[in-house]
Amino acid sequence: MNVEQFIQHALNSLTLGSLYALIAIGYTMVYGILRLINFAHSEIFMLGAYFVFWGVTLFALPWPVAIVLSIAVTALTGVLVDRIAYRPLRDAPRISALISAIGVSFFLQNVAIVFFQAIPRAVYRPEWMEDPLIWGNVRVLPITLFVPVLSVALMLALLWVVYRTKTGLGMRAISKDIETSYLMGVPVNRVIAVTFGIGSALAAASGIMWALRYPQLQPVMGAIPGFKAFIAAVFGGIGSIQGAVVGGVVLGFIEIMTVAFFPDLAGYRDAFAFVLLIGVLLIKPTGLFGDKAEEKV
Amino acid sequence: MKRILALCMAMILAMATFAWAADDTVRIGVFLPLTGQNAFGGQLELEGVQMAHKEAGTVLGKKVELFVVDNKSDKVEAANATKRLIEKEKVQAIIGTYGSSLAMAGGEHSENAGIPQVGTSCTNPLVTQGKKYIFRVCFIDPFQGAGAATYAAKTLGFKKAAMLVDVANDYSVGLSNFFKKSFTKQGGQIVATLNYQSGDQDFTAQLTKIIAEKPDVLFIPSYFAEGAIIMKQAKELGATFKIMGGDAMDNPEITKIGGKAVEGFVHTTFPYDPSMKEMNPVAKKFTDDWKKTHSADKEPNVNAALGYDAYMIIIDAIKRAGKADPAAITKALAETKGFVGVTGATTINETHDAEKPVGLVMIQDGKKVYTGEITPDL
Repeated sequence: MNVEQFIQHALNSLTLGSLYALIAIGYTMVYGILRLINFAHSEIFMLGAYFVFWGVTLFALPWPVAIVLSIAVTALTGVLVDRIAYRPLRDAPRISALISAIGVSFFLQNVAIVFFQAIPRAVYRPEWMEDPLIWGNVRVLPITLFVPVLSVALMLALLWVVYRTKTGLGMRAISKDIETSYLMGVPVNRVIAVTFGIGSALAAASGIMWALRYPQLQPVMGAIPGFKAFIAAVFGGIGSIQGAVVGGVVLGFIEIMTVAFFPDLAGYRDAFAFVLLIGVLLIKPTGLFGDKAEEKV
Repeated sequence: MKRILALCMAMILAMATFAWAADDTVRIGVFLPLTGQNAFGGQLELEGVQMAHKEAGTVLGKKVELFVVDNKSDKVEAANATKRLIEKEKVQAIIGTYGSSLAMAGGEHSENAGIPQVGTSCTNPLVTQGKKYIFRVCFIDPFQGAGAATYAAKTLGFKKAAMLVDVANDYSVGLSNFFKKSFTKQGGQIVATLNYQSGDQDFTAQLTKIIAEKPDVLFIPSYFAEGAIIMKQAKELGATFKIMGGDAMDNPEITKIGGKAVEGFVHTTFPYDPSMKEMNPVAKKFTDDWKKTHSADKEPNVNAALGYDAYMIIIDAIKRAGKADPAAITKALAETKGFVGVTGATTINETHDAEKPVGLVMIQDGKKVYTGEITPDL
């Protein structure tokens, strides 16, 4: 393998990894605050992608408007999911909320199959996105460079929200002790709604980026990226925003470099993600940046 | 008391049998992937079956009733689907399915129950191998794989080929094996074989590797949903080699998803395409009827045609058998010779596979163009 090829592989890894990171942030946020793995996140991701391309193709909206609208509508969907499927279970054992999450995931997937049909849809990209940038034999789409920058920017913005705003303070309080937060006058339900809103907005953003990178829409498109992002979040330390980003990028590199160095194993690259998950759970269950697990009795 | 009870039971049984015998409908089951990964093919095939049903709704003076079950692109669901059709719906024959893996899973029940099953576009040789009741209206993978290899080696004079194979899919693995066999037999060389799994969306790593090997042609025996984005990513990475595929790429959506990236792509398929210059009367009628009932942007494709042919070949067998019981239909199906369908004249051979020529379709200026037929060098 020569240098150019290596750079090409590295850039491919970086895009894929950043996309995982973007999805993983949403997972990790909800988990960090509610200790709930929001399995419906993959479907929110899918909805975000569909909404924006509907906006562009059916209603002929300009791209920026469609993107903003899609993010808003998806965020609202996330808040609704919390209101309908999770909030009534706030005091129930954690397993109930988890089962509810899985239910919502299947429900949204099937609703999407009914409304959008199971046929994969083409995604129309703006013209300038189609032409790759070329240096020698290395070629990248503009989006390849844009996605990592966006991921880091969103991560920083989120860290600011969590550590510098009042809502962020509420989030951190809830993550420590939800009952005491109620008693101290933290508007728990509102803060959680905001968390779901932000998490879902991020899922929409990643769905849109994903569809622009891999131009195709399918009702089940969220399943595999969602799983990978979940693994990335666990690897980075679920609950940690920086961890999600690092985990996503590392996972992207592992996947692409596996194929680059061991081409015979290319068909089993998904398996490597799961091997990574099992490895992390065995060796350092809290992940790279994770807090020590303080399981309350 | 016991005797009366037994008598009642016997009467009920007799009545049930009578009702069954007096049933003046022919029951045909259909199992296709209407949701899930292969839904695009399954839905088109169902439309073909329904068109044929509308056209030939009766046989031997009996009404034909269709029972459609979605196999959800899932092997377990496919097995459940045929079980349900046979045990609950009591069908006399089954149509299906798109996808060799699904056909194999569903075929087990049909074979055990002795209900004839006619595959639509399941092209893996194993589907009918050693089976008494399983047939198909499509040719098998060796034909297609070798057809593509013959076109690449003989017609285009290529020497170096690469392959990108879906290891989780029997169809893809089968096609690639026969491509390799035929291409190397004709003096060509396979310079790279990379794998992926159904559902993957990122192929940049594999493609970067393949581009480095500088092949003349890349063979992608994938389904169109993956195929189109493989081509798109190949183009983005600067690939200049020719790309070829099999009949699973035959879907009108391919040009919408692939855009400029699918220009020049060639795939093997069954000898039918709406862009064909010379059509037999059945194909012509099918194409005209389709256009009457569908909007202008929805063209028929080979899946719809095979769905239509699968239904018609069963009706033809029932007519020749003179009755609609499963054993008679099976016998008549096995004797099918020169049945003219949308996809050309079909003869069922001793392995229950259809013999028909391999067609070639090229994408030019965003349109599919039927470029002719080829005899594969197996």
